Amino acid sequence: MNYLIIGNGAAGITAAETIRQHDPRGQITILSAEPSLMYSRPGLAYVISGEIPPQQVIARTREWYADLRLELVYGRAQSLDVYNRLVMLADGRVLPYHKLLIATGARAVPAPYPGNDLDGVVYLDTLEGTKELLKKARRGQRGVVIGGGITALEMVEGLTQRGVNTHYFLRRDRLWSQVFNEAESRLLAEKMHHHGVHIHTNTEAAEILGNWRHNVRAVRLQNGKEFKCNLFGVAIGVKPQLELVKNTPIQTDRAILVNEQMQSNVPDVYAAGDCAQVYDRWSGQHLLDVLWPSAIAEGRTAALNMVGQTTPYVKGIPFNACLLFGLHITIIGQISPDPKAKDDFAEIQHLSRGSSEVWFTFPRHYQSAWAKSGPHTLRLALGGGNGNGREGHGRTIVGALIMGEQTLADPLRTLIENQVDASPLLPYLQSDRETLGREIKNLSLSVIRNP
Amino acid sequence: MFKRLKKETSPPTEPIHLGLVAADATRCIQCGLCGYNCPVGIPVRDYARQGLTVDDPTCITCGNCIQVCPRGTLRWETKHDA
Repeated sequence: MNYLIIGNGAAGITAAETIRQHDPRGQITILSAEPSLMYSRPGLAYVISGEIPPQQVIARTREWYADLRLELVYGRAQSLDVYNRLVMLADGRVLPYHKLLIATGARAVPAPYPGNDLDGVVYLDTLEGTKELLKKARRGQRGVVIGGGITALEMVEGLTQRGVNTHYFLRRDRLWSQVFNEAESRLLAEKMHHHGVHIHTNTEAAEILGNWRHNVRAVRLQNGKEFKCNLFGVAIGVKPQLELVKNTPIQTDRAILVNEQMQSNVPDVYAAGDCAQVYDRWSGQHLLDVLWPSAIAEGRTAALNMVGQTTPYVKGIPFNACLLFGLHITIIGQISPDPKAKDDFAEIQHLSRGSSEVWFTFPRHYQSAWAKSGPHTLRLALGGGNGNGREGHGRTIVGALIMGEQTLADPLRTLIENQVDASPLLPYLQSDRETLGREIKNLSLSVIRNP
Repeated sequence: MFKRLKKETSPPTEPIHLGLVAADATRCIQCGLCGYNCPVGIPVRDYARQGLTVDDPTCITCGNCIQVCPRGTLRWETKHDA
């Protein structure tokens, strides 16, 4: 059996490892468009901040590939012939396959302004791009960052730590408005101010201006004013890489549509990771996740199906835990701050890395609870019904956002993942964070003890 | 009273922590901060990404990896739990 995996990231590598566990003899080829061994894309944030050197994000050694007898081919897939089962590379080489996994991932969306090709327009998206960013991010320079999402915030943090005088432009008045409510935004903004970040609300760029050397020298704002800077960081979201499946019968929507076996509508062609659009059991829709753990889980399920072990993918609750400006933040499930913010959702053109479309969907009979204690906050989203069809009988927690102290993160994940009837918590929803937290822990312990 | 005072002032004679570093693989993003900060050079990431306990005889249980992990992947597990 000849397995071809396009993509050397979390989904592709997990799939290769899983295939090898179940098929010791099959030929496994991994095609990598980037000239490096597999690396941790989320880890790039810590390269920018200087916590690790660039080579540290490389998460597999050459020996690891050799031990598993994985053939790593560097090159870009240009076209796909699903009838003859061939993948054509940009350099003219042709790779045949019996089973194909498309795990091409997603790439940063370029800045939608004139001047986006100038030297000094940077992205936190690939290892090469990050090295480029490091070369340009020198102490004392002035940098502008645009974009909501974790990647933009990580870029702001990293540049600040490198001594760049960092200015963060927000189109509205809130940080990451699709996810944070006002108080959460304020809490993080305070931390950012403390680190020396300048936040500009209701500010949007219109053009990036360069000098005669083709370097960024300023940004022209929508109000016509010029804002001097040498660096323009862009993190406005990512787009699944779908060029390869254009002009093929493979069905796509926002990404490649897959069934619960991670298979596309074409036999023996599978997709996983950021380029796959997977059925979500909570919302009943096919949604996108741009999350590391999802890519791993999808890669594993695709691989099992590719080796003939029919295995349905049960999408876990989308989850992200991050550390921004010293503030721990965990986001679980459906958590958009306000159902009325549907307009905001319509406005999301591109999902940012480290997020899920599930976060912006709403449960029926939405209700939310909010508790704050100093710099620690807790927000819960509750939905109607308890998953057994008895609408109105019992409530379930469908999402949570925890800032600061994190001991509630795992208990809440347990309650959300298991769709536990949260009725025992209802009397405490208006209580302080400590009391509500204690009840959440008790309820989750009772679930763990009596599953 | 005397016993408590003694306990607080004498230097540790046992490993810093009685336990092992355990991992929640679903939180691990394989960034490698853990291994980079390990004073004895244990490839902690290889354990963490697989959800394995860092069962390495050279581990001095300093807890650096737990401290630096930005995603809350690592935790102490007592030997009894492990």
